[in-house]
Amino acid sequence: MQVTIKIARYTLLDLLYNRVTLFYTLFLMGVSLVVFNLDDNVSKGILSLVNIILLIVPLVSIVFATIHMYNSAEFIELLLARPIQRTRILFGHFVGISTALSTAFLIGIGLPVLLYAPSATGITLIAAGWMLTLSFVSIAMLASVSTRDKARGIGIAILLWFLFTMIYDGFVLWILFAFNDYPLEKPVLVLTALNPVDLARIVLLLRIDISAFMGYTGALYKDYFGTAKGMIITTSVLLCWIIIPMLLAVRRFKSRDI
Amino acid sequence: MIRIRDLKKSFGKLQVLRGISLEMHAGQVVALIGPNASGKTTLLKCILGMVVPDSGVIEFGGKPVNKEVSYRKHIGYMPQIGRYPENMRVRQVVNMMTDLYPNGADMDTELAEAFYLQEMDQKFMRTLSGGSRQKVSAVLAFLFDVPVLILDEPTAGLDPVSAEVLRQKILREREKGKLIIISSHVLSELEGIATDILYIADGQVKTYQPIAELLKETGTNHTREAIIEIMNRHAGNH
Amino acid sequence: MIPIKPTKLTTFLILMLCIGTNAAVHQNEQGHYLSVSVQSMIDETVPYDTLWINGGYFFENNILITKPITIIGRQNPILDAGGQGQVLIIRSDDVTIEGLTLKGSATSNMTENAGIKIENARRVKIIANTLCDNFFGVYLANSVKCVVRDNIIRGGYERESNSGNGIHLWQCDSIEITNNVISEHRDAIYLEFVINSHVFGNHCEDNIRYGLHFMFSNNDQYRNNVFNNNGAGVAVMYSSRVEMTDNIFENNLGPSSFGILLKDITDSRITGNQLLKNTIGIRLEGTSRIEIARNNIEDNGWAVLITANCTDNDFENNTFRYNSFDVSTNGKLVLNTFDQNYWDKYEGYDLDRNGMGDVPFHPVSIFATVVSEVPEAIMLYRSFTQYLMDRAEKAIPSVTPENLVDHEPLMKPSVL
Repeated sequence: MQVTIKIARYTLLDLLYNRVTLFYTLFLMGVSLVVFNLDDNVSKGILSLVNIILLIVPLVSIVFATIHMYNSAEFIELLLARPIQRTRILFGHFVGISTALSTAFLIGIGLPVLLYAPSATGITLIAAGWMLTLSFVSIAMLASVSTRDKARGIGIAILLWFLFTMIYDGFVLWILFAFNDYPLEKPVLVLTALNPVDLARIVLLLRIDISAFMGYTGALYKDYFGTAKGMIITTSVLLCWIIIPMLLAVRRFKSRDI
Repeated sequence: MIRIRDLKKSFGKLQVLRGISLEMHAGQVVALIGPNASGKTTLLKCILGMVVPDSGVIEFGGKPVNKEVSYRKHIGYMPQIGRYPENMRVRQVVNMMTDLYPNGADMDTELAEAFYLQEMDQKFMRTLSGGSRQKVSAVLAFLFDVPVLILDEPTAGLDPVSAEVLRQKILREREKGKLIIISSHVLSELEGIATDILYIADGQVKTYQPIAELLKETGTNHTREAIIEIMNRHAGNH
Repeated sequence: MIPIKPTKLTTFLILMLCIGTNAAVHQNEQGHYLSVSVQSMIDETVPYDTLWINGGYFFENNILITKPITIIGRQNPILDAGGQGQVLIIRSDDVTIEGLTLKGSATSNMTENAGIKIENARRVKIIANTLCDNFFGVYLANSVKCVVRDNIIRGGYERESNSGNGIHLWQCDSIEITNNVISEHRDAIYLEFVINSHVFGNHCEDNIRYGLHFMFSNNDQYRNNVFNNNGAGVAVMYSSRVEMTDNIFENNLGPSSFGILLKDITDSRITGNQLLKNTIGIRLEGTSRIEIARNNIEDNGWAVLITANCTDNDFENNTFRYNSFDVSTNGKLVLNTFDQNYWDKYEGYDLDRNGMGDVPFHPVSIFATVVSEVPEAIMLYRSFTQYLMDRAEKAIPSVTPENLVDHEPLMKPSVL
């Protein structure tokens, strides 16, 4: 454990000197400030941030983490020659990258949101964005251990981002139209839980578009995700999206040749 | 100290190691040579646990190494190309490697001093030249007083003075009775250092014998010539 | 306080000694024992008397008033029917009831038992009473020129499954319903065949069905009311010439809940209202010639749902903000106008600086149309897929009605 934390600390140290982390923080903060200052209404600002959190945060998280893993290949090699378990090396990197990106996110978005919109919606926004950051770093770990080739790895990362943020929803829409005659509430519920971005989005919608979600089938999602039990389930599923890709990455990394 | 039995490894369809068996002991300086893509680095990486073999056994000090990682604390390793976290200073890298070592073996700062490492202590890794990085790699490999050293192309990129410093260091470590494995293309640097020649081609051990024996066999006075002789011999078999 | 002004004939001053049972003893100022029931007190009055009741708890039902008298309660006298019949029945003109608490009229499927029932009367005033735990609160049938003012009318949760209306009007003319607070009834205020009446300044909250319900009622106005957190806000059905002004409709949430429902109504006006945080802001079904102007429609799921059989309705100068969907409709035929509203989703420009955008705005998004066809698609709201669909539709309209359009969208909200 100690070694994991040490590795995490060194990874973090490396990333703190990295300009990309700084730019990312400044970018998020700039967007937040612009969004909150441009519009006198806070809830409209929150709406704009939702798009940032659902698109930009996953993209930056997965691509940045993947690139960093490939850039660290020699560093990892260095560590591997030492008496350090591979699991710890990977976890150390995960913790390090996550901490850097989380810090960037929490300063860039979290701080302005707490200042301008310290509401339950604001807190949900921060929590959802943070969970998405962690799960996309986790997915990046899996992407980066699945191939040696850096270009291919980054390609896979971007593809996964496309999948989760766009292709998947298109697929869901197709299902909705194709099986329109069948009761689809439950299947759609399950489909949602399978995609971390959708899940985070619905959790946010239940805060922002509660009026719409009280009507028709929206009420079902509200009953499911809006309750305390729903929150626990949602959080658990998002946690799975952080843990499972990471565990798969560890399994792959353990039997991998450097 | 290191015993390898029937080690096999392939990357996809490419068979890199096709059944390697050998033993290495304390006091030996093994010169690992062979044509490009002959499996030298793969063999070293297998010993270091970086590459997971398809079959075969590697024992270190009598124990198989497949699961356990702690044996590596007895090995100093200098990679062919040492790349380090770009945004760390030299001092930080050295400290980090010391820090990450689970149990405190005796520190050996001799090489660090000989390379005047403290002069570039505060430089960022990203600003270092290839040669300077190689120095850092060497310092890290020799940082602890460990019984086994694995050096992959150690002098590549070093200036003649530094190469000589390193060479002297290797000789001193040899005196202490350590097992040193050097993979190299620069045959002259093996001159006077190596005690044994391990020649690998096509993933198999072609020759593994003491230099003295080899010199006698080939009738030459120089290690270098003996090696070329071996290489030609095996090339002819193709 | 209510001024003590003796009427032409006699004034009874009733002082309560004992409280709590129907065996109560009632004394006058001189210490003489008088009647023991409200009914007997009423029986002792002559027309145009004022009867003062100072405190007391009367277990009585079906108290009948058949002559024009005034009853004024002080120190909160309580009339409790105890779940039997009705509390007070008024069958005379010119009756005033003030300052009483009336409770416990019976729940029934057969008769509409009320706290105060007014039948065939004129000029009856019901002022500042508290009506709680009644099946119906105040019930006016076939009456004219009555006033129901400043009352607190609460149904009670134990009756939720079987509750009557707070104020129920049937076949009435020129009734004033002002400043009442009505909660926990079926409909807070219900009007059937009611004409020329005013519903002003009432607060209708937490009612099971509607805050206000019109059926076949023409030439009425409601203004300055607050409808909060009811099953749905206001339903106006089969009526004409209804004025709806300066009301607040908020938190009317739930499947097919709404701020205002207009069903088969004509020639009416909805102006200056606040529609906030309703599942549907305004729902129009088969309406004609409705002017909808200067309303602030904010934070709703659907701001306006309008069926294709609505004609000649005019939306103007409204502010549409922060709604999930602005306008949704069920066909391509549009015979209504939507010009000169403010839409926060409008992205056009105003080069000639006349305060109106130079490009028209289409308030119906393709995604709103998709959701009305496949409700489950709501889960894709605010996704990139939705964004792409809406962009594509904007470039090449194919599904959304082309002539549901604001030709002159306002650049700034006209209502704040």
